[in-house]
Amino acid sequence: MATLTEAPPPLAPTAPEKKPPRKRGRLVPYWLLLPGMLWLVVFFALPMVYQASTSVQTGSLEEGYKVTWHFATYWDALSEYWPQYLRSILYAGSATILCLVLGYPLAYLIAFRAGRWRNLIMILVIAPFFTSFLIRTLAWKTILADGGPVVGALNSLHVLDVTSWLGWTTGDRVLATPLAVVCGLTYNFLPFMILPLYTSLERIDTRLHEAAGDLYAKPITTFRKVTFPLSMPGVVSGTLLTFIPAAGDYVNADLLGSTDTRMVGNVIQSQFLRILDYPTAAALSFILMAAILVMVTVYIRKSGTEDLV
Amino acid sequence: MPFVNWLKRNLVVIAGLLTLGYLLLPNVVVTVFSFNKPKGRFNYEWQQFSTDAWKDPCGVADMCGSLSISLQIAAFATIGATILGTMIAFALVRYRFRARGAVNSLIFLPMAMPEVVMAASLLTLFLNMGAQLGFWTILIAHIMFCLSFVVTAVKARVMSMDPRLEQAAQDLYAGPFQTFVRVTLPIAAPGIAAGALLAFALSFDDFIITNFNAGSTVTFPMFVWGSAQRGTPVQINVIGTAMFLVAVLLVLTSMVITNRRNKQKA
Repeated sequence: MATLTEAPPPLAPTAPEKKPPRKRGRLVPYWLLLPGMLWLVVFFALPMVYQASTSVQTGSLEEGYKVTWHFATYWDALSEYWPQYLRSILYAGSATILCLVLGYPLAYLIAFRAGRWRNLIMILVIAPFFTSFLIRTLAWKTILADGGPVVGALNSLHVLDVTSWLGWTTGDRVLATPLAVVCGLTYNFLPFMILPLYTSLERIDTRLHEAAGDLYAKPITTFRKVTFPLSMPGVVSGTLLTFIPAAGDYVNADLLGSTDTRMVGNVIQSQFLRILDYPTAAALSFILMAAILVMVTVYIRKSGTEDLV
Repeated sequence: MPFVNWLKRNLVVIAGLLTLGYLLLPNVVVTVFSFNKPKGRFNYEWQQFSTDAWKDPCGVADMCGSLSISLQIAAFATIGATILGTMIAFALVRYRFRARGAVNSLIFLPMAMPEVVMAASLLTLFLNMGAQLGFWTILIAHIMFCLSFVVTAVKARVMSMDPRLEQAAQDLYAGPFQTFVRVTLPIAAPGIAAGALLAFALSFDDFIITNFNAGSTVTFPMFVWGSAQRGTPVQINVIGTAMFLVAVLLVLTSMVITNRRNKQKA
């Protein structure tokens, strides 16, 4: 170890004790990465390969399955279950838009208007996470119960006539209809929209709002031309964080819906866990994955925020 | 007219509070119905006030057992994911290495994948390997999907860290180990804690991946799912309410403590 009285080490490359730069240190990142990456490769990437292989197998549970490159499974799965795929995209899309519409004011409120209540509201947004989401989803069964106050109010305001006409509800019921499922999806994934929105809104310099006002922009113009464009990263990651899990969800469709609201997640779940038709289930899941990856890639390209990762 | 102006100015506040109400309404219902005395097997309709369930929270067969399994899995998954994730986060921020893009996408993809796809593919792996489904397969799955979230949380914190602090420690003759334990780790701690908390919450509340890979092991969310078919005991609401209260209390206490500390510093 050097002492303080020694001259500073010469910078010239001829210094005798100079080691090759960080020989030992060069391996450090790989050792740090190894265990976690191994975990993800074995339990995330490898299963995808197994799933792809299972999807082109034929056979039966008793005799075992063999890879026969039977791609017809994909075709059969799509032609039989396209309504469920369509429904998944439709429900998840509606829930995402609703989350954006409902979540934006709340994120805005927390970012700019909450003052000293900011932390409290933030806690109230996150706290429901700590009650099992299944219990909270079951609570919607009570809230939307037939003949309950919510349904009664919607009925007397003739909202249900409109939604029945649109096919979202049936008669004077809300439970077991698409509306209930979308309502549950919206509720369950709303915090995933609010948090990224808040993060990007909070970064906005409020002097920009003042500047817009000084330049005679009405509040609505300020929002349209300044606030909203600056919050785009939050909008993009919020919509992704809402849409992706919502499209694969089967809990809301099962608890709040009926057989007419089954989404593709329900089909995958029952094929895998009840019917035990593994090739079809794997194909269904693979199609869902591919569809979502394609949609997400296109969406990220279009919205021009590729530095999300 | 003044009312209209007031309304215009506060429209966003009103809309935001309505959304907050929408978010909290189910929690209110869960709490209120934990004091219900339902007639049938399902606790969906209000009958009469009763504190029976609160007096006997474990009165339902298997429920507290499933709760303890969930807590164990969440604890182990948190430890595993936090250690592995923190290591990855440090490697990503502090070192140069090859295949960074591949590493980044392998971390990003689990977060961008619908849970049901991960659940289904993991099940095909376990079935092909002939693994016995149960506690360990659930734990493996939970560490897998919590890992990425820990990496993201820790990375954000380590990135905002001033590397000169570590250089300063080394200038003061701290070895690499000492620097890490006495400087780096304390600064990164809030990020690590946030990651661990997130992992715990995600694991404890996970249903879809567990549903596929649990075999006959019943975690708490699995118990709730089953009870939605068989009949929902009031005790579920008691647990839900208690968890909510504990979480809010914990957060409030930690906020009060940090507030005090900040005031002392100032």
